[in-house]
Amino acid sequence: MTSETIYLTPADLSLAALLVIALALVSRRMGLGLAGQTIVAAFRTTLQLCLVGLVLKVVFASIHPLLIVSMAAVMLVAAAREVMARQKRRFVGWWGFGMGAGSMFVSSFAITTFALVVIIGVDPWYTPQYAIPLLGMMLGNTMTGISLGLDRLTESAWERRSTIEGRLMLGHTWAEAIGEIRRTSVRSAMIPTINSMAAAGLVSLPGMMTGQILAGNPPLEAVKYQIMIMFIISAGTGFGALIAVWAGARRLFDDRHRLRLDRLKTFGQ
Amino acid sequence: MEKPLIPRLRVDNLFIHDVGPVSLDIEKGECVGLSGRSGSGKSLFLRAIADMEPHSGTICLDGTEQALIPAPDWRRQVALLPSESRWWFDTVGDHFVTSVESGLNRLGFDAELLTWPVSRLSSGERQRLALLRLLENQPHLLLLDEPTANLDEENSANVEELIRSYREETGAAVVWVGHQRAQLYRVASRFFAMESGRMIGSGGGP
Repeated sequence: MTSETIYLTPADLSLAALLVIALALVSRRMGLGLAGQTIVAAFRTTLQLCLVGLVLKVVFASIHPLLIVSMAAVMLVAAAREVMARQKRRFVGWWGFGMGAGSMFVSSFAITTFALVVIIGVDPWYTPQYAIPLLGMMLGNTMTGISLGLDRLTESAWERRSTIEGRLMLGHTWAEAIGEIRRTSVRSAMIPTINSMAAAGLVSLPGMMTGQILAGNPPLEAVKYQIMIMFIISAGTGFGALIAVWAGARRLFDDRHRLRLDRLKTFGQ
Repeated sequence: MEKPLIPRLRVDNLFIHDVGPVSLDIEKGECVGLSGRSGSGKSLFLRAIADMEPHSGTICLDGTEQALIPAPDWRRQVALLPSESRWWFDTVGDHFVTSVESGLNRLGFDAELLTWPVSRLSSGERQRLALLRLLENQPHLLLLDEPTANLDEENSANVEELIRSYREETGAAVVWVGHQRAQLYRVASRFFAMESGRMIGSGGGP
């Protein structure tokens, strides 16, 4: 009953690429200054995804834990770098990298492992066909949440430094002085995933589910996976952002409850 | 009169970034005037005493070293008033912990003012209320960074009076940073000036 999956040929992909080229030409015409960037980004997508496809082929072929661990490590490092790159004001030294990597490690890895062992119950639990895509989706989403939260935190602390110091001068603790900013930062990190949960199915068909359906899976099976993914992504993003923003807020102050904006460095954006 | 053994504030060999060394003793109930160009390090000096700025050297309040007192407690005892006050809640009253009605009356305010949104206050009102808010902590030492810089003459006189009476009632010491000579003469009994990170002059005139 299920129709056979239609495989895409390189020629099919070139047709889709024509659309991107058309977009680049139009934006060049209009002087948007994005033509080059569009083309480069399209090339990167092609190249990176092809490479990942090749890597996954190898990884899937051999269920060797070490191979999977090293792949996961590469993904984590790339995500942490991306979190750092999205900050206008970054923590100097290892903190900028470590805060993103640490919070993503704790939330994404813990929750992905939970999903693999307890929810899906795949054997062995690190079966790459499940572990790698799940981890990738978790990292991709927590990365967005954490960078939003940290960016909001450092930016607000910078803008409202006199208010924060005004509170410190009255004898408030660092946690009291930054409390409101900390809350709004976590909120801004969590709202996009909450919104996407609310809009799922009505406004958007999530990419993973679409992919599974296109690949010929029964829609209801795809939906069940999608629901689980949405739940663990929301949890991962929320907890990851909480950890990152809490750690970031703490790092903005020293042991004497002084606001230490000298621990941030501004990067042009 | 002989000086007591332990001064209210003792600053010894203080360095803050490229400001210093500064050494200074201030007695109980004393008001010290501090002047100097902008950028000479006056504000940094005050910030270091309130422990808002990393520094080296010794700062003691009534004989107890700064590092031995948790920072929030220290700042309740060593109160720094910047020239422009900051407010973070919607209404005025939210910023006060204790009942401040008698203080409000003394400043000529009605208690109804506590329900006002902060945006309704004039700069003079803000500064007087910021001072009242600071005095809630019953500080032993007041650090005033150009406290009347944005105020007219009447409001300045009000602030001067409030500080004088608080000092006389509680024996708090005051460091008053200001630009107006006449005012410093009025409020302080000893004078110093900061010049490119060094503290100079003592005694007679500002």
